[in-house]
Amino acid sequence: MRTFIGIDLGSTTTKAVVIDEAQRVLGRGITNSRSNYDAAAAIAKQEALVNARFQLFREALSVSGALADRLEEFLAQLERDFRLEQYLEQLDDLEATCRRNAEGPRFGTAVAGVLAALEEVFRRLQDEAPSLFVPGANRKSDFFRDIAGAQYLAAGETVAKEAGVRYDMLLNVFDRSIIEVENRVYGESIRPHLTAALERTFRAMPETAARGDAVRSPIQGILDTDLEETYVVGTGYGRARLPFSKEHIRSEILCHGLGAHVMYPSTATVLDIGGQDTKAIQVDANGIVESFQMNDRCAAGCGRYLGYIADEMNMGLHELGPLAMKSTKTIRINSTCTVFAGAELRDRLSLGEKREDIMAGLHRAIVLRAMSILARSGGIKNEFTFTGGVAKNEAAVKALRQLVTENYGELTLNINPDSIYTGALGGATFAWRAVVEEGRQAQARS
Amino acid sequence: MSTPIQMMPPAAPKKPPAPVQKEDAMWLQKEMINRNYHELGVAHDQGRKICATFVPGNLNELVMCFDMARSLPETNALQNGMRKKSGKFIMDAERDGHSEDVCTYVKSDLGMLLNGAIGPTGEPLPAPDLLLLSYTGCFTFMKWFELVRQKYGCETVMLHVPYQGDGRVSKAMRDYVLKQITREVIPALERVSGVKFDIDRLRQYMRESVKAEEDLVRVLQSAKNRPSPIDGYFGAVYYIGPMFTAFRGAPEATQFYSVLRQEIDERVRQGKGPITPDGELTEEKYRLVVEGPPNWTSFRDFWKMFYDEGAVVVASTYAKVGGVYDFGFRHDPDHPLESLAEYCLGCYTNLNFPQRVDMICRYIEDYQADGLLINSIKSCNSFSAGQLLILREVEKRTGKPAAFVESDLVDPRYFSAANIKNRLESYLQMIKQKRAAAAVH
Repeated sequence: MRTFIGIDLGSTTTKAVVIDEAQRVLGRGITNSRSNYDAAAAIAKQEALVNARFQLFREALSVSGALADRLEEFLAQLERDFRLEQYLEQLDDLEATCRRNAEGPRFGTAVAGVLAALEEVFRRLQDEAPSLFVPGANRKSDFFRDIAGAQYLAAGETVAKEAGVRYDMLLNVFDRSIIEVENRVYGESIRPHLTAALERTFRAMPETAARGDAVRSPIQGILDTDLEETYVVGTGYGRARLPFSKEHIRSEILCHGLGAHVMYPSTATVLDIGGQDTKAIQVDANGIVESFQMNDRCAAGCGRYLGYIADEMNMGLHELGPLAMKSTKTIRINSTCTVFAGAELRDRLSLGEKREDIMAGLHRAIVLRAMSILARSGGIKNEFTFTGGVAKNEAAVKALRQLVTENYGELTLNINPDSIYTGALGGATFAWRAVVEEGRQAQARS
Repeated sequence: MSTPIQMMPPAAPKKPPAPVQKEDAMWLQKEMINRNYHELGVAHDQGRKICATFVPGNLNELVMCFDMARSLPETNALQNGMRKKSGKFIMDAERDGHSEDVCTYVKSDLGMLLNGAIGPTGEPLPAPDLLLLSYTGCFTFMKWFELVRQKYGCETVMLHVPYQGDGRVSKAMRDYVLKQITREVIPALERVSGVKFDIDRLRQYMRESVKAEEDLVRVLQSAKNRPSPIDGYFGAVYYIGPMFTAFRGAPEATQFYSVLRQEIDERVRQGKGPITPDGELTEEKYRLVVEGPPNWTSFRDFWKMFYDEGAVVVASTYAKVGGVYDFGFRHDPDHPLESLAEYCLGCYTNLNFPQRVDMICRYIEDYQADGLLINSIKSCNSFSAGQLLILREVEKRTGKPAAFVESDLVDPRYFSAANIKNRLESYLQMIKQKRAAAAVH
């Protein structure tokens, strides 16, 4: 079947969206941009295509009725099992890479000890792996680097102590190896992983196994369906690195404008707060950009600012919003400068302010800066759509809602749970238009 | 199995960069600018005095009447910027006590002085004997010369040009400027140079000015053609060089503009596009009007962002910063001093907001432009203020889209290529999308 793909290469994450000929979203994929846009684009696209297959499984199984009301449960289990398979493969690769990197003259006489410690660390990581993918497991992130990193650091510390090996040697090996591993695309493994995952799922849900063929055959049918990448459009900061011609590249402003329009056709104003920029975009009734404003070269008040704050507080990025929501007091934070963020934070803490109140103040500061950019772009008109990674942050949304109402009155604020994919959706829609409306064909990079 | 990713073709071996392409006139102007630096370098040895003065409102013909060499501090700063020297100068000036927010032309200039006053071409720039400050809208100029005076202790004369707050020049304003020229400026020039003022000599220079001005206007207005044979911003920087600096009124400027005009007329006849550093632009996709000076430290990169997308600047306000000639003003040999007063009052920097908006709207219309792009200068407080209002007003009046990028004059730290490219490309794609939509609906 023909598919149309948009890839948004952001500074923090790379997103991909796959749509079909009827412009239905089939799948979404996300990965960390890891300073390697080629790998990030390939992996995000692959993730979106995997996600698309799951959607197609859902549709096929729902038609066959083989799983009745247990369909979603089954698919959730299958996805977890699939992720586990993927994780285990990458873990194997990481172990082999770590071993390779530990050998040689670097660690001198300590080599044998390091290799033994690595073996033990990875044995533990393998053992712990299934527990990471049980229902409701609390993972700090879904990216391999983060999951494996957290596990490795914890296991490594214990093993180093027990085995009398220097912990920093284990860290050094990990740091060298993780970059290699996360830049590899395991494209050929998708199908075997899905097959292996299916077996795991049947074991986890034995009653579904009884309906073996009725479940297997629709899934096999989808696995045998070729998802043709008919046209791909790239956008975002890394767009120039995409391995196709300029015709396939669109500005992220246009993609965000169109993506927001596709999600909410009455959108007039779009605010996108991404990792390193904030964009205010005015679109017309057809999703065409009328005007836009962005922050200047300084990333003050963008998502990256929250990233620094999270690091300073030793918290996960997604934990900041919930903490800020507990605030009971308004604290005014003046600086949205990413560089000064840490200083501002420590200053407030030293004055005895509560963490949650400081967090709320920081979120408000970010939104205030966005309000200024919005004003410069021509203000906020109804309907108003908020996109980008920061739109997932409830404290930022709360501050935005309040400031919008204060300044522009009551209006509809749209926030899509998949708002992080807005740019990629716009890209996919451009890809669809290029083929279906303009009759273009994919062009190789010249 | 893991597959190492190979999406990009292997990098081709690096080729030596192609030589920069310029029109003959561009080489000629470079030679003239370099020659002026040489003249400044040897001026004192040859018994000539040096006058430092600013580009907007410069009284070049008058200064030439006193045999003085002319040094233009903004040009020195921008030349140092283009030659990648300004970064260090600015940091040295900051170390010397000047804040990060101060105009970077000023800091580049002061940094150059701190580093032994070696000019952009490597020749020494001797201390000026007279600072002639024609004040035409930029308050910083005054502070700048105050600092230079403090360093050199040289004589200073100020020509105060009243701002066109009401958008017009009254007789009183004209008389006020004229009075200063005759009572303050000329006596100071006579005193410092030891040369007596000769109005006939001034008239003679002005006859040259008029010819050159005619040709310059013709060249700049050639951009009304499709395709435009010139870039009216990046390319115009070369065209305005002699006229806006030490050469207005000099016969070599007249000759330069005559050569340039012939070159451009020929390009028009042949239906050619502008020359860029990478060769002729063969497909003109976008026609823009630009407000604000270019960034000098990344001048070529900035320009490339435009021509790579087929964007040509057909008119810019910057190309009028040393004199607005395209609406009819010419220096007048019959009334030389009066016309100098008129010239100063009519400088772009001395125009009020509605006049600037009118001018830009007129350009968009006359040059059939797709829209307006503003390059806002971070360290320029005088001219960044209100630019967004200009943008909104122009959008409203012309119905053409406008966009905003931010950079700086000569501080390399204030040029973010990724950010500017992103905005520029977004803007151009927006124009394209609007065109497509207009064709459908």
